[in-house]
Amino acid sequence: MDKRIRNRLWIIVGLVGLSVGSLVPRNTKQRVIDRETGRMKDTTVRRLPINLGLDLQGGIHLALEVDQSKGPVPDCADAIQRAEKVVRTRIDEFGTTEPVVQIQGRCRLIVELAGEKDPARAKSIVQRTAFLEFRITDMKGLFKDALPQIDAGLRKAGVKARGANAPSAVAQLFGGDTTKAARDSAAEANTPGVLSSLLFQGQLPGEFLVPEEQWPLVDSLMNRPDVTSLIPRGMELRWGAQSESRGARAYRALYAVEARPIITGEELVKASARRDPVTNGSVVTFQLSHRGARKFSDETARHIGDYMAIILDGRVQGQPPVIRSQIGANGQIELGSKPLQEASDLALVLRAGALPAPLTIVDERAISATLGADSIHDAVIAGVVGVVLVIVIMVGYYRMSGALAVAALTLYCLFTLAGLAMFGFTLTLPGLAGFVLSIGIAVDANVLIFERIREELVHGKSLRLAVDDGFLHAMNAIVDSNVSTILTALILYAVGTGPVQGFAITLIIGIVASMISAIFVVKTLFLMWLNRRPDMVTLSI
Amino acid sequence: MIRLFANANYDFIKWRRVAFSLTGGIMLIGAIFLATRGLNYSIEFTGGTSVQFEVAHRVETGKIRAALDQVGLRGADIYNFGSDTSYQVRARLGANASEGDAGTQAVADSVARALDQSVGQGQYQIAQRQSVGPKVGRELQGKALLAILVSFLVTLIYLAVRFEWRFGLAAVVATAHDIVATIAFISVMHLEVSLVVVGAVLTVVGYSLNDTIIIFDRVRENLRKYRRQNLYEILNLSINETLPRSVLTHGTTIATTLSLLILGGEVIRPFAWVMSFGIFTGTFSSIYIAAPVLLWIEKRWPGEDARGARAFGSRPATTPSAPAAPAMSSQPRTPQPTR
Repeated sequence: MDKRIRNRLWIIVGLVGLSVGSLVPRNTKQRVIDRETGRMKDTTVRRLPINLGLDLQGGIHLALEVDQSKGPVPDCADAIQRAEKVVRTRIDEFGTTEPVVQIQGRCRLIVELAGEKDPARAKSIVQRTAFLEFRITDMKGLFKDALPQIDAGLRKAGVKARGANAPSAVAQLFGGDTTKAARDSAAEANTPGVLSSLLFQGQLPGEFLVPEEQWPLVDSLMNRPDVTSLIPRGMELRWGAQSESRGARAYRALYAVEARPIITGEELVKASARRDPVTNGSVVTFQLSHRGARKFSDETARHIGDYMAIILDGRVQGQPPVIRSQIGANGQIELGSKPLQEASDLALVLRAGALPAPLTIVDERAISATLGADSIHDAVIAGVVGVVLVIVIMVGYYRMSGALAVAALTLYCLFTLAGLAMFGFTLTLPGLAGFVLSIGIAVDANVLIFERIREELVHGKSLRLAVDDGFLHAMNAIVDSNVSTILTALILYAVGTGPVQGFAITLIIGIVASMISAIFVVKTLFLMWLNRRPDMVTLSI
Repeated sequence: MIRLFANANYDFIKWRRVAFSLTGGIMLIGAIFLATRGLNYSIEFTGGTSVQFEVAHRVETGKIRAALDQVGLRGADIYNFGSDTSYQVRARLGANASEGDAGTQAVADSVARALDQSVGQGQYQIAQRQSVGPKVGRELQGKALLAILVSFLVTLIYLAVRFEWRFGLAAVVATAHDIVATIAFISVMHLEVSLVVVGAVLTVVGYSLNDTIIIFDRVRENLRKYRRQNLYEILNLSINETLPRSVLTHGTTIATTLSLLILGGEVIRPFAWVMSFGIFTGTFSSIYIAAPVLLWIEKRWPGEDARGARAFGSRPATTPSAPAAPAMSSQPRTPQPTR
C-alpha cells in the first residue's frame, strides 16, 4: 500500500479511536437521593458521557437576578456572587443529580435542576435568606464523652456496626496514616461502637472526620430521635461544607458546636480578603455593627483560646479559627500560608451571610420530562428520515463516490458526538436540530468536490489528476464558506444566551467535523479506491 | 452519470429587475403585516405565563376561553398544541399584576381554576408551566441585533482579506436582504418568535453567506481565467457553473429541513419553517441579489487594479440572452463515462 495512504489511514484510525474512547460509557459520580434516609448520597453510574440539556431531560430552569426594585444595588456582581455561594451551599437540598448553578454575564444566576418537578420547592430553596452564625466548638469534649452512651443507645435499638473489622473507636488522626491509627485504637477498645467507629478525632476540639463514603450513614444515624436526645444539652452537630482529603482518602468534617451562636450575620457590616503586609499571610478582615461589636467583645473575652466555627446555612465553612484575643468592631481571621483565594472565599461567605442578596426570578421554566422525551423522539425520527433522504440523493446521483461520501458521513456523526462529549457540552433541543441540519451542510463540501471532479473529467483530465485537482480547486470555496460560518457561529456563541449558544456550539463542532470527514476522509477513500483499481478508466461519480 | 444542469447557460442577471421587484413586493407585504399585526413574540419576549395541559377528552376551545375570561384572563391565547387534546394557554401579565413570581403564580392559579370549571377536576394534566419576566427576551433582541451587526463587520473584513471589499459589501447586502425577507416571512406566517426562532434566523444568515461565497469563489476564479469577458458575463457564467452544486446541496438541505418541518414535532416546527424559508431566500439572494449588487457596486466604484478596470466595463458586447461560455463549449470533451 502507498505510504501516503497508510499515513492517512493511521490518522483516521487515531481520530476514530479518540472519538470512540470519548464516547464509551463510563463511571461517573452522581449524587442521588437515598430512599431510606431521604438525604443525598454519592453513587457511581455507568452512562454515556453526553449531557442532555434540561429541555430534553425535563426539570426546572430558574434565572435569578438581584432585585433592584427597592433601590439600586451598587455592586450587583458581588451580590450575585454571594447569592451563588449561598445557593451552592444548599446544593444538596435540591435533590437532583447534577444541579447547575452558574453565573451568567455579570448579574444573573442560572439554576438548573434536572428531574426536579416541584418549582415551588426549588424556588423556596433558592430564595431563602442566607443565615450566617459564629459558634464556639465543643471545647470540653462533651460530645466525645457522650459517644459511648450514644453507641449503647444505638446497640439497644438494634443498629449494628458495619462489618466486623470496621476501623473502630475514636482514633487520633496524624497526617494521613489513618489505618495505623485505626488499628492501634481498635486494640484499645475491643467493642466497636456503632457511631464512634465511624468518627475520627480531628485536629481541633469538637472536630471529627468521617470518611466521605460513610457520610450519609453517619448523617442518618445522627438524625435518629434516640440519638438526638442523647446529644449533650447545649450542643449541636454541624457538617463541614466540603469534603477534604487527608492522605489518600476523602473525609467530611463533623463539628460539635454550641447550640447558641455568639453572633449572627445580621451584625456583620463588611468583610474582605487581603494579604498581610507584615507576615505576607492571607487575611480576612471583617467589621461588625455597633451592637454586634459590644456582644462580640464580651464573648471573645470569655472564649480566648477557643475555636469558632463559621456556619452558613447550617454548614461549617472552612476550618474554625482560634480566638487569640478580645475582638471588638474590627476583627481579622488569619489563614497563614493558605492561598489568597481561600481568604476571598471566606470573605464571600461572611458577606453572603451579612448582606443577603434579594433575588427575583426573571425566568422560570418547568419542563416535563415527557415533553422532553416526545421532542427527542420526534427529532430523532426527523433526523433519521433526513439522513436517509441525504443518502438516497447522494448515492443516487453520485453512485460509488456518493457511497464513499455517505461512509464519511457516519464518521462525521461520530466526530460530532465525540466533540460534544469531549468538551462537555450539553445537547439541547436546538442543538439537536442544528446537528440534523449540519448533516446537510456536511454534504455540501462533498458535492462541491464531486462537481469539481466532474468538471475536471469533462475537461479531459486523467482520473487521478481529475481527483487531485477536484479536491484542490474545491478547497477555496469550502474553506471560505466554512470559515465565515464558523465566525458567525462564534459571534452567536459569544453574544447569545442558552439555546442560541447550544445551537452555535453544535454548529461549530459540526463544521469542524465535516471538514475532517468530507475532505480528509473522503480523499483517503478515493486514493484507496484508485489504488486498488489502477486500470479503472471511468469514475463512478 | 446523471448530470443536472450540466452546461447550463441561463442569463440569470437579466432577470435582476424582475427579481428586485419580486423581493421588494414580498418585503412590502411583510412591512404591512409588521405594521398592522406586528410579530408574534413568544412569552420569553413579552413576559407572562404559559401553561400547557392535556385533557382526557376533547373540549371545545370556546369553553376554555369562556372559563378563562371568567377568571379574569381576558385575551389569553389558546393554542391546540400537537394533538386535539393538548393545549397551550398563553397569558401575558395584567397591568396591575406584579411582575415575576407573584404575578406568575396568580396567572397559573387562574388557569387551573378555569380548567377546574371548564374541564373538571382531575380531567386535565398540566404538562408545562413557563413564566418569565420580559427581560430575558428584551435582552436577547438587543443581543441578536448586536450579533448580526458584529457578524456583518467580521464578514466584511474576512471577505475583504480573502476576496476584495466589493465582494464583501455585496455579500453583506444579500445577507441583510435575507434577514429582512425572513422577518417578513415570520410576520406573514404569524410564527411565534421564540429564542430558538431567533437562532434559526441567525443560522439563515450563515447559510446564505455560505452560498454567496461559493458563487463568489467561482467569480473570483473566472475573473482570473477569462480576461476578455466583462463582469456581467462572468457572473452569469459562474452562477451557471455552480448550478449543479446549488441544486444538489439545496436539495439535500431542503430534504433535512423538510423532514424536520413535517416530522420534527410541534416544538421545533417554527424553527423548521424559518430554516426552510431561509434556505429558499438564501439561494435566491445569492443569485439575484448578491451578483447584481456586485455588478452595481463595480459600476459605481470601478476597480482600480488592472483586472478590475478590465472586468467592469459597461454592458456586455454580446447580446445578454446568449452570453458566451467559451470555456465550456470549445473544450474538447472526453467520452461521457457511464455506468
